[in-house]
Amino acid sequence: MSAGQPLLEVSGLSKSFGGVKAVDGIDFTLAAGELLALIGPNGAGKSTTFNMVNGQLAADTGSIRLGGEEMTGRKPREIWRMGVGRTFQIAATFSSLTVVENVQMALVSADGKLYSMWRRAADYRRSDALDLLDLVGMAGQADRPCSVLAYGDVKRVELAIAMANRPKLLLMDEPTAGMAPRERNELMALTKSLVVERGIAVLFTEHSMDVVFAHADRIIVLARGRLIAEGGPAAIRDHPDVQQVYFGSGKTFEKSAAEKGPS
Amino acid sequence: MDALASFVAQLLNGLAGASSLFLVAAGLSLIFGVTRIVNFAHGSFYMVGIYVAYSAVAWIGEGPGYWPALLVAAVAVGIVGALVEILLLRRIYHAPELFQLLATFALVLVIKDAALWLWGPEELLGPRAPGLRGSVAILGRQFPAYDLFLIVVGPLVLGLLWLLLTRTRFGTLVRAATQDREMVGALGVNQAWLFTAVFALGAMLAGLGGALQLPREPATLELDLHTIGAAFVVVVVGGMGSIPGAYVAALLIAELKAICIWLGVVEIAGVAISFSKLTLVVEFVVMAVVLVVRPWGLLGRPQAAPRQGGAIEAPLRAPDSLAKAATAALVLALVALPAISSQSPYVVVLAVDILIAVLFATSLHFIMGPAGMHSFGHAAYFGLGAYGAAILLKATGAPMLAVLAAAPLVAAAGAVVVGWFSVRLSGVYLAMLTLAFAQIAWAIVYQWDAFTGGSNGLTGVWPPEWLADKRAYYALTLALVLAGVFVLRRILHAPFGYAMRAARDSVLRADAIGIDVKRVQWVAFVIAGLFAGLAGALFAFSKGSISPESLHVGKSVDGLVMVLLGGIQTLAGPVVGAALFTWLHDTVARSTEYWRAMLGGIILILVLLFPQGVAGFARQVVYGRRDARSER
Repeated sequence: MSAGQPLLEVSGLSKSFGGVKAVDGIDFTLAAGELLALIGPNGAGKSTTFNMVNGQLAADTGSIRLGGEEMTGRKPREIWRMGVGRTFQIAATFSSLTVVENVQMALVSADGKLYSMWRRAADYRRSDALDLLDLVGMAGQADRPCSVLAYGDVKRVELAIAMANRPKLLLMDEPTAGMAPRERNELMALTKSLVVERGIAVLFTEHSMDVVFAHADRIIVLARGRLIAEGGPAAIRDHPDVQQVYFGSGKTFEKSAAEKGPS
Repeated sequence: MDALASFVAQLLNGLAGASSLFLVAAGLSLIFGVTRIVNFAHGSFYMVGIYVAYSAVAWIGEGPGYWPALLVAAVAVGIVGALVEILLLRRIYHAPELFQLLATFALVLVIKDAALWLWGPEELLGPRAPGLRGSVAILGRQFPAYDLFLIVVGPLVLGLLWLLLTRTRFGTLVRAATQDREMVGALGVNQAWLFTAVFALGAMLAGLGGALQLPREPATLELDLHTIGAAFVVVVVGGMGSIPGAYVAALLIAELKAICIWLGVVEIAGVAISFSKLTLVVEFVVMAVVLVVRPWGLLGRPQAAPRQGGAIEAPLRAPDSLAKAATAALVLALVALPAISSQSPYVVVLAVDILIAVLFATSLHFIMGPAGMHSFGHAAYFGLGAYGAAILLKATGAPMLAVLAAAPLVAAAGAVVVGWFSVRLSGVYLAMLTLAFAQIAWAIVYQWDAFTGGSNGLTGVWPPEWLADKRAYYALTLALVLAGVFVLRRILHAPFGYAMRAARDSVLRADAIGIDVKRVQWVAFVIAGLFAGLAGALFAFSKGSISPESLHVGKSVDGLVMVLLGGIQTLAGPVVGAALFTWLHDTVARSTEYWRAMLGGIILILVLLFPQGVAGFARQVVYGRRDARSER
C-alpha cells in the first residue's frame, strides 16, 4: 500500500431498521498509524456503523474497503482473516482457558491449526503468546484462569488476543467502558504506542470524552445516522454542530444532565 | 360417504386426544416458563393422575363418585407437585439446568416404583363416566359421548388459563417471571411461593389430564415416559412458555396422527407406504421441522439468555504425577481383572458392560462438556453402531474386526446428518432436536422388520471363535475402550479441543478470532457419534443380539445420568459416572424389585450432595486446597 492511500475506506454506508435510517450514507477513511474515534449521542448510529465494519451487521448499501479489498458481505471470522482485530464493549474472552491459552487460541486460528487433533495445545507457540501478553503487561498473569482477572486486565488480554494475527486494523468498541480513570488512560496510551510502533489503524467508539480528546488523532461525529463533523480534537471541540448535538444549549454536559434530572 | 365419515371420526378422535396432551403440555410449559426447569417428572404426574382417579372412583363409589374423583386426582397431584418443589427443587434452582433435569429424572424413577408398590404392575382400566357412557351418531358413525366432552375440555381449560394469566395478579407475576425471572426477583416478589404455586398448578394440570383419560386408556407404569416425550414435543413445537402455542401444537400433532391412521397403507408410485406406522414418529418429525425452521416454536419467542451462567469451568491442566499414577494403577487393575476374578466369571461380564458404558459416556461428555452441546439423543449413535455391526455382519459375512471398524462409520454418518441440523440450535432446543432425531431413528428400527428385525431386534451377532471366551472379549473391549478414551482425551488437549471450549465459552469472541463455531461443533458432534458407534458395536458383539432398546430414549438418558453423576466439568467424570451407574444399576437391580426407586434415590442424594458430580467432588478434595494456595 502506497503512502497516503487510506487503509480503510468507507463510502455511502447505509442501514435501515424497519424504515428508520440508523446510518444514512456516511463516508470516512482511516490511515495506518492513526487512531480514529467514532462519537455521537445515543442513537446516532455508532454501534450500527461499527457492527457493519466488523461484519456483524450487513450493510444495505455502500462499501467498506480494507487496503482496497471489499469487506461488506463477509462474516466476522472472514474479516478477521483479512487482518482486523476486535475488542468488545463488554470484554469477551474464553473463561475456561488461562490467559495465555486465550492468546494461543488466536494464534492457533491464525495458523489454520484449529482442526489439529493430536498435538498438545498448551505448548502451541507459547512463547509467542507470552510475548504478546508482555506487550500489554499481562505476562505475569499468563497462567491464571481468565475468569478470575480484574476487568481492566481482561480488557488488556482482549487487546493481546486482537494483536495475535498481526492486524492492520483494530476495531475497539468502547475500549475503556467499565474501567477506572487511571486504567483508561493506561490502556489508551498502550494502544497508541502499538499503533505507532506497528503502523496499525484503530477505529474506536467511546463515551468518555476525556479519552477521546486525549488520545484520538482524529474524530468523526455521527448524529441521527449522518456524519456531521470530522477533524482533530481541537476542531471537533469547537465545532458548533457538535456542541449543538451533544449539549443542545452549549452548557456543560454535567449541568444539562443535572437540570434534566432523573427521567 | 363412508370414507368421509371415517375421516371425520378420526379427526374428532384426534381432537379428543389433543385435550389431555394439551393439559400436560400446558403445565410443563408453565413450569418451564417460570422456573426454567425442564420437568422430566411431568409425565409421572400424568400417570399418577390416572392411578389416583382410579382409586378415588373406587373409594367414593362408582357412578356419582366419578366427577369428584377427577378433582381429587388433580388436587392430589397438585399437592405432590408442591411437595416436590418445596423439598427438592428449591435446593437446586441455582444448579446448572442439566442437574435439575437429572433430579427430575430421578423423580421419574422414584414415582414409577411408588406407583408399582401402591397399585401393582397390572393395567387398571377405570369405569366409564356416568351420563357420558353412550355414543352419539355422527355421519352415521357412533362416536363416544365422552370423547366429545374431552374435545370441549381442552379449549375450556385454555380459556380458564388465559383468564388466570391475564386477569389476575398471580397471572401477571407468572407472565412477568416467564419473560424475566431475575427482574421479578429484583422487584421484591416472593419467588419461592410463586415457584411453588406454579409448580403445583402445572402438576395439577398434568394430574387432571391423566384423570380425564381414565375411561379411555388403562393406567400403566409406562405412561410416564411415553407422556413426557409427547408433552416435550408439544411444548417445543408450540414454543416454550406459550400456553396457546401448546394448544395449537397439541392439536396439530394429534390431528396429524389421526390423519396418518386414517390414511393407513397407501400405495404411492407402486410402493406401499404404511402411514399408520408413521404415528410413532410423526410428532418428532413435526418437532424437527419446526426447530429447524422456527427454533423458538410456533408461538414462542426467542429466549433471553439467562444472566447467571453455570459455574465457570477451570482450565485444563496436564495430568500431574498423582493423576498419572492413579490412571496407571487403574489400567493395571483392569488388565489383571480376569486373572483376579477367575472364581466369579460374572465379574468379567459386568466389566465389559462397564467398559462399554464408559466409552459411551465419554463420547457423550465430549460434546456435552467441552463443546457445551447437550445431546438428548446420543443413544442414536450407540444404536447405529450396534445395528450397523449386526447388519454388516449378517449381510456381508465380513470378519468381525472389519465390521467393528466399519460400524462406527455408520454412526458417524448418522451424526453428520443430525449434526448439520443440530449445531444451528443451542441449549434446550438443541437437546430436543437431538432427541427428536433419536426417536425417529428408534421408530425406524422398531418398525422395519425386514431390515432391523423390528421390535425383536437381531440375534446371532456373535464374535468369532477366538473371542468366544468372555475373558478374550473383555481383553478386546478393554483395549478398544482404553484407546477410545485416550484418543478423545487427547483431542480435548489438542487445538481442536481448545477450539470446542472456546466456542462454548464465547461465540462472539470465537467468531472474532476466525473460529467457525458451527463447523467446530459439527466436527465435534461427528467425532462423538463415531466413538458412541464403536461402543454400540462392542455392545452388539458382547450380547450376541441387539434390540431397539439400544437406541431408546432411556439409553440416552442413562448416558446423561452417567455424565452428570461423574461430573461434567472433569475429564474423569464420565468414566467414574459410567462405572458407578452401571455397577449401581446392576447391583441394585439384582437385590430388590424396587431398583428404580433406589437408583433414583441414590441419584437424588448425589445431586444434592455433590453438585459437581462425584469426580468433580473428588477433584475438589484433592486439588481444591492447592488451587486456593496458588491463587494467593
